[in-house]
Amino acid sequence: MTVESLYPRLEPLLAQVQKPIQYVGGELNAQTKPWDAVRVHWALMYPDAYEVGLPNQGLMILYEVLNERADALAERTYAVWPDLAGLMREHGVGQFTLENHRPVRDFDFLGVSFATELGYTNLLDALDLAGVPLHAVDRDETHPVVVAGGHAAFNPEPVADFVDCAVLGDGEQVVGDMTDVHSAWTAEGRPGGRTELLARLSRVEGVYVPQFYAVSYAADGTIASFTPNRDDVPTRVAKRTVMDLDEWPYPKQPLVPLAESVHERMSVEIFRGCTRGCRFCQAGMITRPVRERTITGIGSMVDAGLRATGYEEVGLLSLSSADHSEIGQVAKELADRYEGTNTGLSLPSTRVDAFNVTLANELSRNGRRSGLTFAPEGGSERIRRVINKTVSKEDLVRTVTTAYANGWRQVKLYFMCGLPTETDEDVLEIAELAVEVIRAGREAAGSKDIRCTVSIGGFVPKPHTPFQWAAQASAETIDHRLRVLRDAINADRRIGRSIGLRYHDGKPGVIEGLLSRGDRRVGRVIERVWRDGGHFDGWSEHFSYDRWATAAAEELAPFGVDLAWYTTRERGEHEQLPWDHLESGLDKEWLWDDWQEALNEDEVADCRWTPCYDCGVCPTMGTEIQIGPTGRSLIPLAVVGAGRPQDPAVGGGPQVDVAVDAAVADPVHTH
Amino acid sequence: MARQPDGPPPPPTVQRLRLRYTKRGPLRFASHRDLARALERALRRAQVPMAFSAGFSPHPKISYMGAAPTGAASEAEYVEIGLAERRDPEAVRVALDASLPPGIDVLECVEASAGGGALADRLDSTRWRIDLAGVEVDELDAAVRALLAAETVVVAKRTKNGPRDIDARAAVVSAAASGEAGRAILHVVVRQVTPTVRPDDVLAALAAVADLHPPLPPRAVREAQGRLDDTGEVADPLGPDREAGSRCQGEPQPV
Ligand code: SF4
Repeated sequence: MTVESLYPRLEPLLAQVQKPIQYVGGELNAQTKPWDAVRVHWALMYPDAYEVGLPNQGLMILYEVLNERADALAERTYAVWPDLAGLMREHGVGQFTLENHRPVRDFDFLGVSFATELGYTNLLDALDLAGVPLHAVDRDETHPVVVAGGHAAFNPEPVADFVDCAVLGDGEQVVGDMTDVHSAWTAEGRPGGRTELLARLSRVEGVYVPQFYAVSYAADGTIASFTPNRDDVPTRVAKRTVMDLDEWPYPKQPLVPLAESVHERMSVEIFRGCTRGCRFCQAGMITRPVRERTITGIGSMVDAGLRATGYEEVGLLSLSSADHSEIGQVAKELADRYEGTNTGLSLPSTRVDAFNVTLANELSRNGRRSGLTFAPEGGSERIRRVINKTVSKEDLVRTVTTAYANGWRQVKLYFMCGLPTETDEDVLEIAELAVEVIRAGREAAGSKDIRCTVSIGGFVPKPHTPFQWAAQASAETIDHRLRVLRDAINADRRIGRSIGLRYHDGKPGVIEGLLSRGDRRVGRVIERVWRDGGHFDGWSEHFSYDRWATAAAEELAPFGVDLAWYTTRERGEHEQLPWDHLESGLDKEWLWDDWQEALNEDEVADCRWTPCYDCGVCPTMGTEIQIGPTGRSLIPLAVVGAGRPQDPAVGGGPQVDVAVDAAVADPVHTH
Repeated sequence: MARQPDGPPPPPTVQRLRLRYTKRGPLRFASHRDLARALERALRRAQVPMAFSAGFSPHPKISYMGAAPTGAASEAEYVEIGLAERRDPEAVRVALDASLPPGIDVLECVEASAGGGALADRLDSTRWRIDLAGVEVDELDAAVRALLAAETVVVAKRTKNGPRDIDARAAVVSAAASGEAGRAILHVVVRQVTPTVRPDDVLAALAAVADLHPPLPPRAVREAQGRLDDTGEVADPLGPDREAGSRCQGEPQPV
């Protein structure tokens, strides 16, 4: 089968839209393969704009893993902005991939990575543009199998009607297994059609096929039963876990766009998983246990990635990078290695302690100390005990003051608002803290030229966390607390002018809450919003709360539930949750106990440094903590580079700039 | 006093190289900022020993000039780079070309001659070729005549500060129509003025004088950029450097 390129028909449209470069492909390290040379074709999508989606690590990893297979190819596609989408509909041009502008409709799989639930309307937009029926049950063998992955896939119930499969956990191995299943089914002459293909996929570990399960609801709106409707599918689906990260050094050749993207740097994932036990953090809960990449594994990925991309900055990524068992040595040896090469190193700092400042100093020792980021998350000591992110106020002030004393001029502090048990007083302590930080900081820096930016986002309870039972704070509560906080910060202008406050109103969080803890009935709301013109919900200029609220009221009324029922309602211990059949490995009883401990303001330690406290993950998944130290060290670059042919145009300019702007991603994805 | 970074100042520029490069195929949709980013990364990958500005955030010494608009292809974009160590221009060209995506092709690289003046001063005109699918040659020919016959043709140009009326005719040095494979082609030499008169503006002028409205989006290619010579042609802006180079150094150094 030959597949046409849509480019000749797309090109005249590109002359009429904003930032057309994002639709032409041609990125450095993009891969193209002949269509007919392989049996299984994957279209990988990040359901947001190109500039947000291109740097996504997960997608880049799967792209390389699949393209390394001789029997498969993978191409990428991103959400199309409304200006081009309108023209494409008008001219009958379908959703396309960037590598060869092939129609997404013709691929065997469409894999969509959901980092956030706010991408759901963009999935519907892409399916519609691609000419793929919105509802999984309306598709036939000629349509791609629509696969949802990413963190949001741990509760795919709101999109259950629209996806054929959801994949739980690490994707590196499962995409290969799915490719094998598809390939064998094709080789056998596609027996049993699409249903048989899906049934076979449902028996791959980590793959959940929603249409093979039936849900019924009780009179109070809760789930009464959840049962398979075939006897050859598993009753529970467990996540996949990749062990030994050094064996998976992806991406080896990170994609570099011509267009601007949100991260103008390459990233190396230094470990996966986190056992700090922050109770609000879904990422930390669903990615256990901790698996570290070794110092030598990190060193070779940094070296290979820089050579492959020409980027000037490397981010050492993980959920809490300062916790890597060899981070001090990694920082020092990388800074040594890249001294004099204009290469910046950065670390997303989330922990509040002096060690983080030391690390940041090391990484920036030859360059500018601009901004440093800490994430205390909770405003008061009390609320920090509730969320299990314990740090005393004194330590916090001391750490930030140390940063100013070390020459850092700008400190960013991340907080959440609307946490369980929170009161106005907890949030007002953020203002006290910021004021104290500036006072002590001015003294320590010997200058008034310092700034503190407080960034605060509304908390959204997430599935598979101890807060999955919690009542979400209403938008009014969030907005009220943000108002009193702003007034308190502005009370003393002499200090307040050194403090910046960044926040978003509470409404988008309510919709995120509906989509996070929703069940299959919420699918109707998503479809309705999309039909009414909703898309790009992560962008404040496109997000419409009223459109969502109206759709929720009208679509949920027949079921006797509403927006508040899904968001501000506290769940009981024995309520069947929509994601209970999906196994993150966390024991539900352990989660409940941890929720009770949160309410009692009791802390839980990190199992990397204290005995296992039986969260359930390791025994259920057959995994274990993999951490160092390995005792190894990085080979100096001179040795690494020896024997490389030197181009005559080549020669390191003796420039020095190791600028560290250790920033973490904005907690609220709004632009 | 402004704070200064510790350590010695960056080494000075010891060699200036001038490059001609293209914007072909789908990469015609790259903006000047996209091109700048791609070029800076390619310089790093090719390990060209760039000179940097001083200060807390040193920039590589690169001067961009007169970028073709987003959507227009080009065979003649120019940039000047400053190096901290001397390199053979041809070796730089080859290394850089290999590091840039296909479509951004480095065609020439010459060393700036001492005392030869600024490259920007040698770029005062562009020769455009604009393909107009769905337009008859006769129709275009008539429109071009009408344009050339007019004293002034005022068109509304979109600028950063909103629409602005400009005289598109004043910038047009010469214009002619030809035909090829069933479409009309406009050849036009436009003088560099402020604000810039772009292919869009020339087409707006044709619409104004002759009601010419191409049914399909036009495709413009910048064929040459340089100073207008006495005959109204666009001269090669790297010519003076090339001549100076061969006078001083004889044959180019082998790589
Ligand atoms: S099972 Fe034990 S060791 Fe494994 S992540 Fe949970 S608490 Fe830590």
